[in-house]
Amino acid sequence: MSRLKKLFERKSKDILNIYFTAGFPELNDTARIILALDNAGADLLEIGMPYSDPMADGETIQRSGSKALKNGMKLNILFEQLESIRTKTEIPIVLMGYFNQVMQFGEEAFFAACARVGVDGLILPDLPLEVFAREYQDLYTKYNLESTFLLSPHSDENRIRRVDELSTGFVYMVADASITGGANDISAEQIAYFKRIEKLELTTPRLIGFGISDHKAFVSACQNANGAIIGSAFIRQLEKDPSDQGITEFISSIRGSKVEI
Amino acid sequence: MTFNVNEEGFYGAFGGAFIPEMLYPNIETLRSNYLNIIQSDSFQTEYQYLLKQYVGRPTPLYFAERLSNEFKAKIYLKREDLCHTGAHKVNNTIGQILIAKKLGKKRIIAETGAGQHGVATATVCALMGLNCIVYMGSVDIERQAPNVARMKMLGAEVRPATSGSQTLKDATNEAIRDWIANPADTHYIIGSVVGPHPYPDMVTRLQAIISEEIRWQLKEQTGKETPDAVIACVGGGSNAAGAYYHFLEEEKTRLIAVEAAGHGIDSGESAATSVLGSKGIIHGSRTLLMQDEDGQIIEPYSISAGLDYPGIGPLHAHLIRSKRAEAISITDQEAIDAAFHLSRIEGIIPALETAHAFAALHKMKFNQDDCLVINLSGRGDKDLGTYQKFMK
Repeated sequence: MSRLKKLFERKSKDILNIYFTAGFPELNDTARIILALDNAGADLLEIGMPYSDPMADGETIQRSGSKALKNGMKLNILFEQLESIRTKTEIPIVLMGYFNQVMQFGEEAFFAACARVGVDGLILPDLPLEVFAREYQDLYTKYNLESTFLLSPHSDENRIRRVDELSTGFVYMVADASITGGANDISAEQIAYFKRIEKLELTTPRLIGFGISDHKAFVSACQNANGAIIGSAFIRQLEKDPSDQGITEFISSIRGSKVEI
Repeated sequence: MTFNVNEEGFYGAFGGAFIPEMLYPNIETLRSNYLNIIQSDSFQTEYQYLLKQYVGRPTPLYFAERLSNEFKAKIYLKREDLCHTGAHKVNNTIGQILIAKKLGKKRIIAETGAGQHGVATATVCALMGLNCIVYMGSVDIERQAPNVARMKMLGAEVRPATSGSQTLKDATNEAIRDWIANPADTHYIIGSVVGPHPYPDMVTRLQAIISEEIRWQLKEQTGKETPDAVIACVGGGSNAAGAYYHFLEEEKTRLIAVEAAGHGIDSGESAATSVLGSKGIIHGSRTLLMQDEDGQIIEPYSISAGLDYPGIGPLHAHLIRSKRAEAISITDQEAIDAAFHLSRIEGIIPALETAHAFAALHKMKFNQDDCLVINLSGRGDKDLGTYQKFMK
């Protein structure tokens, strides 16, 4: 069973998924940040593959991606950085990026590299569901990669069912029909959307992302799904203080627990 | 072979809609409605009326006698430069604003590089009383100041795109992000035959008026059904798509796609996508684009701000790869020379983009007295600053 499946079997509430950009703030920070997040109590990690044209990302994540590319980040380097990570941690890791990156690396070569270093799943927001189902689903299975697709507040029921059917890791519920890193308050409208999805009794676990930046929003998201994804707020933390202690304090502040020293 | 788009929005291996889920409802609404709207009587009545009375169509098909004598061919110029706002871009914005109204949209966004599409969008928004926001790279805002002023005078808000290389591709990314954040009330008017399906097909159909007119005008003036070649410059490729459309199935008509070589194909400063590009995804479409081995998109270069897009529309990728169209690349200097030459020999100052199409006459092989149609896509007023630098 995959690390991701095991996580959701063991834990169905308050799952904290942290997003960060590979190669940021420094090129070789990737592995250190993974371990610091694992120690600090994150449940699941989403590592962004920096891209020149990240159309679904907001300003903060774009900025971190540009910096990572300037640092010299490349997919080959990322796979090298992850090469021995599985001797140190069992925290589930998914990669997030744009489909063109996968295409140029070579789809099967990319999936094989993920499997080799112990990546558990992929989030490729611009890979259409139908193209995935027709051309790549079998390869995901072959390389034990879990799939995650996005839902937006404007997705209709047919679409939601299809996303649920094709996602094996978790369903990524976009909290707001906006790009990442937007306003941090959860509105009544968003709660209505969460409830609407809840009623559909999806088979795949649900995580809520986009605009979750503090303890209050995290708690509120967790009341409406299996957990939440925090990206931009964590990138801002790394910009302010990328140290292990800074990371620990950030996770504690999200969990709402005191920092243990 | 067919050159029409299939059900899923592909032209052969190119096209499709590679978009995040947040855009899916908008794109799906557009996809399931655009053909019905475009083919409806009410749309056609209003569209044709505005093209005639507001844009000034049909634009002339002008026999360029002196140019013809020089090249020993029969050269006809399709005068899109005489359209209101100075280029073919307005054919598309008129059509899309009518579609946006039918879909009940209240707010219009657009991207622009040189500012021609931005001006054409600001113009139709003023005409229809809709809010207009144009995204433009910070670098382009600086180098295209007159068009920025025109957009503002027309009531549009020009928002700088400060991400990435701060040019056209980044303005497009910003416009897409705006649409993701404002899915309900907003329509995104893409300016070329690029982006996710149905945009390439929709924009092609709205520009197809160019070749529809060429067909009957040529018949009227020469008795010929089809020209021997249609020549057009290609950045994203909207003027070329419009000029080719009604000749796509006429195999005897050669389709010449003229790209910007910048300082030369091998100079590292070029926009000749069909030569330097490879298959990948840009702005939601699988097409040919300039990228590195990691799929990072490379910023192209051309002296003409309308041709420095790192991709080409999926229709053009298909036409070129299937050898239905021939690609020719023209350097900055060749385009400048052609612009000065056309000005002197025919009294027409072309846009820098269009000048590339004229320069291609020197690189093409054709028979004596062949009938060649060049799409004169825009006028050169906006480029005077650049031209002045080359005056002796």
